[in-house]
Amino acid sequence: MDTVDSQVNAPMLAARVQLQRNPAGSAHFELDVSLQISPGITILFGPSGAGKSTLLDCIAGLVRPHKGRISVSGEILFDSQLGLNRPPQTRRVAYVFQTLALFPHMTAEQNVAYGLEDLPDQECSARVDEILKAFRVDTLRNRRPPEISGGERQRVALARSLVTQPRVLLLDEPLTGLDSELKSAIVDDLRAWNTARRIPILYVTHTREEVDALGERVIAMDHGRVVSEGLPMDVLEAPRRKRLAQAAGFENLLSGTVVDLREADGVMRVRLNESLCEIEVPLGYATAGDRVVVAIRAGDILLATTPPHDLSARNVIEGRIVALETRGTLVRARVDCGVEFIVHLTPGATRSLELAEGRRVWLVLKTHSCHFVQE
Amino acid sequence: MDALLLSLRLALCVSAILLAGGLPLAYWLAYSNWRGKFLLEAVVALPLVLPPTVLGFYVLVAMGPRGPLGKLWQTFFGHGMAFTFEGLVLASVLYSLPFAVQPLIASFESVDRKLLDASAVLGAGRLKTFWRVILPLSIPGVVTALVLSFAHTLGEFGVVLMVGGNLPGITRTVSIDIYDRVQSLDYEAANRMALVLLVISFAVLSLVYAVNRRVGRQLGRRLWTPWTAR
Repeated sequence: MDTVDSQVNAPMLAARVQLQRNPAGSAHFELDVSLQISPGITILFGPSGAGKSTLLDCIAGLVRPHKGRISVSGEILFDSQLGLNRPPQTRRVAYVFQTLALFPHMTAEQNVAYGLEDLPDQECSARVDEILKAFRVDTLRNRRPPEISGGERQRVALARSLVTQPRVLLLDEPLTGLDSELKSAIVDDLRAWNTARRIPILYVTHTREEVDALGERVIAMDHGRVVSEGLPMDVLEAPRRKRLAQAAGFENLLSGTVVDLREADGVMRVRLNESLCEIEVPLGYATAGDRVVVAIRAGDILLATTPPHDLSARNVIEGRIVALETRGTLVRARVDCGVEFIVHLTPGATRSLELAEGRRVWLVLKTHSCHFVQE
Repeated sequence: MDALLLSLRLALCVSAILLAGGLPLAYWLAYSNWRGKFLLEAVVALPLVLPPTVLGFYVLVAMGPRGPLGKLWQTFFGHGMAFTFEGLVLASVLYSLPFAVQPLIASFESVDRKLLDASAVLGAGRLKTFWRVILPLSIPGVVTALVLSFAHTLGEFGVVLMVGGNLPGITRTVSIDIYDRVQSLDYEAANRMALVLLVISFAVLSLVYAVNRRVGRQLGRRLWTPWTAR
């Protein structure tokens, strides 16, 4: 994020949205997110059902959140505390739907002019001309949506949204079904259009390829929450860990259930199966109640013979040594804490701590040594 | 021929009134989230199942000299409402209401909601969205509503008999006329009128289905008729 000054001056979309839904016959859904979107393209990434489209609907004013506050450049569009909810008509938030929702009975030109009809004719047609050219669809102006190709329709939909000079642009998977070449051509035109205007663009996608192709700031959502944000590499790292964990042979793969998420601290608590052990692990793509696997390297676990205190490590678990095996320069201890942990020690440490089978010990785990793997 | 002209005039008036009143009513029924909406839906659909004599009976009572409608009519126009052309129009409007409103509701509901969202996001209010998006995409429904209410009014018998009676040039419509002729054993005249009505009805319905096919293909959907499943 930029400095405080540029945050004040640049158009910025800030949204804090809480929404619960209990649709009959389907699972309870809860959206609870807080975002700050700066000018330029931000990708909203996550599996379908993560709540991305609902979030966009809230920002556009099509769905009313139960709680929260949405503002653009400091101007409030929605505030549950103030009881303020601007209708979509006055929000100046452009929205391109996944289905594009072009009016099928109007020509491309009429579609684009639809949002400008309050303007004098001359200004309206000048602006329509300009945007049709910018998105390279001026030759199709007299054709109706069913008569033009998918990519052309997407360009017309973008032109129709942007011609109204919105303060925010929301794109809900607008380029699905296009080949990557066509996609990047359209995105390039969008970027070119936005260089002068610098409005925040929220681009929703559920495909990894699109995130890689756009290469912008990413906000990852799952189960109605933001699970991580940053550059694509950092954000996509989290799910990659799953495959890494299996490949890299973590000695401890412990299954458990997510107890709760502490987003502010960037951690979540996991209760390990068949035990009362609760450990803190870094926040991942999960929600309370999810069954997960926590991967911990045997060498990352510290072992103490007295209850340790004043530690930075958040996880201290009491247990009893069940077995000690010396394997060359490595001692492998099996520790029963309700679940069994494998701990690697040096022979020297084993001797000086006078470790033996049956001895009471305390395991110490750093939060970031606990790798989270979704089951 | 008087009877035929009267029937056509009645049908025209009724379709025009039903279109004007049916558009807002159907809009409300299609888009309102009001809980008690089903009640009004049931009321609108009543004439589909009610015997015309029952409907006609209550309308007659209401517009009679002691009925609320009759009294109101009397104060405004100085004469009774029963057995007048206006009374007949009112009764026919009620009788054909579902034939106008149901196809309108069906076609409004089949307009993609995302188009309405898109319209709102582009700054259009409800009225603009209705005239520019909903209505143009509901033209098949409007045509069906017009034609069905026209044809249905043209062919009605029971309600007219109850409310209008049989006054030549005022309330004697084609169907009453045919009934009259049969009663007086003038089969030839009855056949002439019946044939005219048959031809007109067939022509009108053929037109509906022809438009249905053509426009339906363009818009990718079918027209509503009382016989299409919703």
